[in-house]
Order: sequence, then C-alpha cells, then structure tokens
Amino acid sequence: MNVLQASALILVALGGTAVVVCRDPLRQAIVAGVFGLLLAILFFVFQAPDVALSEIVIGTVGVPVMFLLALAKLHEQRDDTPEIDQ
Amino acid sequence: MSRRGRLALFGVAAAGLGVVLVHGLVGLPAFGDFHGRYGLLLAHVAVPERKATDIVNSITYDYRGVDTMGEEFILFASAIGLVIVLRRMRGEHRDERADERADEDRPGRRHDDLPDDRHAQTSVALRVFGLALVGPVLVLGVYFASQGQLTPGGGFQGGVILAAALVLVYLAGRYHAMARLRPVPVVELAEGLGAAGYAAIGVGGLISGSSFLLNFVPQGAMSNLPSGGTIALLSAVVGLEVAGAFTLVFAEFMDQRLLTGGRR
Repeated sequence: MNVLQASALILVALGGTAVVVCRDPLRQAIVAGVFGLLLAILFFVFQAPDVALSEIVIGTVGVPVMFLLALAKLHEQRDDTPEIDQ
Repeated sequence: MSRRGRLALFGVAAAGLGVVLVHGLVGLPAFGDFHGRYGLLLAHVAVPERKATDIVNSITYDYRGVDTMGEEFILFASAIGLVIVLRRMRGEHRDERADERADEDRPGRRHDDLPDDRHAQTSVALRVFGLALVGPVLVLGVYFASQGQLTPGGGFQGGVILAAALVLVYLAGRYHAMARLRPVPVVELAEGLGAAGYAAIGVGGLISGSSFLLNFVPQGAMSNLPSGGTIALLSAVVGLEVAGAFTLVFAEFMDQRLLTGGRR
C-alpha cells in the first residue's frame, strides 16, 4: 500500500465521520455528496476506474439530487402543517 | 437505563467488537494478495477472446450478462414503482389545489405562475453556469455510454450523466424548458426500449443457435468503436434504460415539488 492509497483511506474515514456528525439533513446531503467524491478517489487510487466512475455518478449526482428533492418536499409539507414540526 | 449503565453496556459491546475485529483482521491475506480463480483466468483470456479493451465491461455485459440484466430490471421496476406512487399522490394534490384555487383571493393566478416563482429565486450565476454545462454534460454522457467496450465507463454511468444534464436545466431555473425536454411518454418509451433491448439481444444469442446472452455479433477489430460484439450494444441499451429511468424519477420528484409547493 502506498502513501496515496493510505491517505485516500484516511480521507474516506474522515468523510464518513463528517457525514455522521453533521446533523442538519440539508447539509448532510451535501456532505454525503463530497463523501461520494472521496470514495471515488479511493476507488481510483486502488485501480478500479469503472467503480470510481459509477461512484461519481451515483454518489455526487443520483443520491444528493434524490435527497434534496425529498427534503424540499418534506420542507413544504412542514410549512403547510406546522404541528408535525419536530 | 441510567447513563452509567449505558456506558458500561457500550464498553462491554465495544470490547467484544474490538476482539472479533482484531481476530478477523489478523487472518486476512496480505494487501494485494489475490487468489480468485475466475479473476486470474479472465485477466488473461478476456481481451483476446472478446476484443474489448475494458475487461470490467466485458465481464459486466458478457461473462456475467445475466446478472447485469437482473440489475437493470431492478432499476426499471423501482423507477416504475416510484412513478406509480408519486403520480397518484400528485393527482390527489391537484384535486385539492383546484378546490382551494376556486375560493382563493387571487383569481388571476394560473397554474403556470408557480414555476415562475422558482425562476425568480435562482441566481444569474447559477443560471448561466448551469446552462453552459448542459451541452458538455450531454456529450460526456453519450461518450461514456458509447465507449464502454474501450475505456472505463459504460451504459450505466453514461445514462446517469445524461439524466444529470436535465437536472442542470432545472437548476438553471428553466422549468418550462425542462418540461419540454423530458416529454414523459418519450422518456418512458426510452426506458422500456432499453430494458426490452437488453432482453432482445439476449434472445439473439438463442436465435443464433446457442445460449441466452451469448456474444453472437462479430467481435470486430480491437480498440475500434464497433468492437466487442454485443458488449457495445448492451452498453448502449443500458445507457438508454438508465437515462430514461433516472430522468423519469427526477422529473416525477420535481413535478411533485412544483405542484404541491411553491407557495407559503
């Protein structure tokens, strides 16, 4: 294992912790996107470019867009009916 | 349970996990030590046999093509299921809103006003940047979906990138443009054709007198665009299916957002 691979592993560990520590769902969706990018870098330095590309499109496009649209929908429902707030 | 009790329970559980984890890690093979028989075999055989320079895609679309078909149909089914659920909810909301609108104090307000509310919220920088990226992203998606047999990439990645171009149009605040760009019947047709195309290419193997999903198309010359036989064709139909499925899902979510929301 070389320095690049070790640092990619450490970055992924830090990124995963950041996703868990982040409590606001909106920020969490963005941080999860950054975490997806870190995972893609990890796959790339471990010589799996196909998996890295899949991770880029799913981790930074697919999942964050779904999260954000779902959050936007929840946000509006909360505005309509304040009693379900928290 | 008291705080001390919880901490004690956590301590015992963490110690147990630690012991098991260390035991498991000690028994692992050395880093980079690989003894998978099929992996070693395919690494030697795949490129000369299939004339496709990306072994990963000759595995996904050829050697384990049936698994990929299963995965494709999982995506197909989940997109259709989501559309069924969301469309019914949207119909319900639309009826409610039609009733509300009848006794609303703003009689001049039309359906079309809702997206314009959003349009005003997006910044100029976001709009310009988003629109400028649409073309390059589309080209990138087509590139990935068509080069699966040559370089890393393939239909799945290309399809998601194509759907991402639509999200960019939406981010640019052009809801009306987006509604024109994703005529839902065409998107549904693309999704269905992609899924059916995969199965049809598989049946082609049966018609040619051998087994399902056999690579029956002539393999062509290595590192040319038409090489790898059915690998290139399957990659293209998967691109069509994935682009259709993701576009459909994104579009349905966005319609939900615009039809049920946009007002305070």
